[in-house]
Amino acid sequence: MSSFSPYDPVPKTNAMHTGSVLLTNNVGLHARPSVKLTQLAKRFGAHIEFALATTGPWVDAKSPVKVMRFKAAKGETLHFRASGADAAEALAAIVALVEGGFAVEAEESSRPSQG
Amino acid sequence: MSENVGIVIVSHSADVARGTALMVEQMVGREVPLGWCGGDPGGGLGTSVEAIMAAIERAWSDAGVAILVDLGGAETNSEMAIEMLESSRREKVVVCEAPVVEGAVMAATEASGGATLDAVRRTAEELSPT
Repeated sequence: MSSFSPYDPVPKTNAMHTGSVLLTNNVGLHARPSVKLTQLAKRFGAHIEFALATTGPWVDAKSPVKVMRFKAAKGETLHFRASGADAAEALAAIVALVEGGFAVEAEESSRPSQG
Repeated sequence: MSENVGIVIVSHSADVARGTALMVEQMVGREVPLGWCGGDPGGGLGTSVEAIMAAIERAWSDAGVAILVDLGGAETNSEMAIEMLESSRREKVVVCEAPVVEGAVMAATEASGGATLDAVRRTAEELSPT
C-alpha cells in the first residue's frame, strides 16, 4: 500500500482498453445491430463492456438480452472498455463493426429468402 | 470445433413459427441448427407431438436443443415430445420459459457463440420477469 504510486503503469495483463465510436447507422443500436454486437463480442475471450458515457452504467457486451435492452440512437456515442488477453483486438473489431454501420443494411437486400 | 445448441420453435400458428424461424436465420445466421413447427394439417391452429419430434430431429445437436413455445398445448406437447425421445437424448432437450419470438432470437444469439444448453436457456429466460 505504501509503495503504491498512482503513476505506476497498470500491468499489461489487466490493462483496460477503451474506445468510443459514434453511432452513424440509421436505426442505432436496435435489434439486428444488437445481435451482431453480441455475436462479435462472444468471439473474444476478453471481458467487454459498453456504455453511453465513460462513467457508465456499463453493460456486458456478451449478454444478448442486456445488449438488446440497451437503447442507443443514431448520433449517440458508444464507449467501450475491454480487458483480457485479446482486449485490444476485440476493441478494434467492435469499433470497426459500429463504424461500418453493423454491416446490416447491405446484407438485408442480398440475403436469400428461406422456404 | 464443437456443435452449437439447436433451437426449436413451437407455435400454434404455422405462420408465427415460420416467421420466427426467419427472424432467427436473418438476425443470427445459420450457425445454429433450427427446427420449427406449428398449426394443424388442415391449416388451422394447433401443435402436435409428432411435428415437434420432427422439429427436434431437424435441430438436433449433441450440445442439446432448446425449445421455445407459445401457449398451453405448445408447452405440454413439447414436454410429451421430449418424453418420447430415446433416453440418451431426453436430458439434452429443454423447454425455455420465455416469449417465443424474443426468446428464440436471444437463445439463438447465445447458442451461436458456442454456449452450453444451460447458458442458452438462462439467456432466453432472462427475458421473463421472475
